[in-house]
Amino acid sequence: MNNTETEMRPETARPQTVDLAAAYQASGVRDVLDELDRTMIGLGPVKQRIKETAALLLVDKARREMGLAVETPTLHMSFTGNPGTGKTTVALKMADLLHRLGYVRKGHLVTVTRDDLVGQYIGHTAPKTKEALKKAMGGVLFIDEAYYLHRPENERDYGQEAIEILLQVMENNRDDLVVILAGYADRMDRFYSANPGFRSRIAHHIEFPDYTDEELARIAEVMLSEQNYALDDGARSAMAEYIALRRAQPHFANARSIRNALDRARLRQANRLFSTAATPLDAAALSTITEADIRASRVFRGGLDTDRKRAME
Amino acid sequence: MKLTQGQFSFLPDLSDDDIRVQAQYAIDKGWAVSVEWTDDPHPRNTYWEMWGHPMFDNPDAAAVVYEVNECRKAHGGKYIRVIAFDSTPGWESIRMSFIVNRPAEEPGFRVVRQEAEGRVIRYTIESYAVRQPEGARYA
Repeated sequence: MNNTETEMRPETARPQTVDLAAAYQASGVRDVLDELDRTMIGLGPVKQRIKETAALLLVDKARREMGLAVETPTLHMSFTGNPGTGKTTVALKMADLLHRLGYVRKGHLVTVTRDDLVGQYIGHTAPKTKEALKKAMGGVLFIDEAYYLHRPENERDYGQEAIEILLQVMENNRDDLVVILAGYADRMDRFYSANPGFRSRIAHHIEFPDYTDEELARIAEVMLSEQNYALDDGARSAMAEYIALRRAQPHFANARSIRNALDRARLRQANRLFSTAATPLDAAALSTITEADIRASRVFRGGLDTDRKRAME
Repeated sequence: MKLTQGQFSFLPDLSDDDIRVQAQYAIDKGWAVSVEWTDDPHPRNTYWEMWGHPMFDNPDAAAVVYEVNECRKAHGGKYIRVIAFDSTPGWESIRMSFIVNRPAEEPGFRVVRQEAEGRVIRYTIESYAVRQPEGARYA
């Protein structure tokens, strides 16, 4: 209501010089970037963009401490890429990064989709959207598949109302929350051209490339080792073949497809152990996935039966 | 006459920053913060009108300040308070309550003396504001 007290407060002494390296160390940004490098395989351009953004924010913070900049920079971002390319995981890391740099107070990530923002009847949308925005205040709001908010074929769709509230809060409460929009590249482009307000309010557009076959193979190894499983040599080459075949089939979702494939391989391994192994099993046998576990996949026979039928027709 | 109810009411009016810090204290304690408004300042008027739901799962107080400002847009000329509800067993009660918005003009209270049987006098207080019908008070 009144800011007289803050205005009357005496000016605190501003630093004359700034040690960026020390600020980099002290803020803990380095830990986040190192972790990003270590835990995320591939994604070279994304890591590069995040490092650049971190540098910009660090310099901006130093400038603010010296009184050179007063405005909070626009931090809203757009992550575009195919499914399973690590958008949500990177968003989590981004929230942590922004928290350590002091741009958001809490650093939590709230993930929402159209269902969480858009209501079902008149007057239902605004409270719902505001509820989601309030929950995300002090942190990051991650809107997955943001283009579903806009339904051009139905001009009375309530999505437009959610978009207007989002734009308003993105502009007025820039200190309180950061919004990240995510989705497939081509549909996001269409979404932005239909809603120019969004494009101008988003400063950072980051594109997530597809993983290469080698990267997916490494991701598979990492996923398994996190659960104390390992591939043997036969399974490793079967996995490489699997990845190449799976990519050509419909509904390929990069790392998510790999995770699902590994879940099914673990299921087959458990069944195999249960039905064939009679002797006492050691830890190695319990945690090794063999070639047979992978080769049993339907992907080697040309995918799901329904998809194959469709292809033949 | 400045209405003094709840916490901080003898201090100068709270700024948005002050409200945020106080609300954050309540949130960090695990209390549900909510915003209420009224145009009847009688001290025994316990239940004010709710502005939205109590905020049970907002980790940051910026949401409270946001709602206070939304409420000011609709009820800027009335009393608005922020309360914090503690749901832990044994409490289940309001732990904090402070006024964050008040009318520009606060006419205060008058004393009404009622002459009862014999020489008994009954006293009551009444806000000058409630002489106007609800909604028309405080211009």
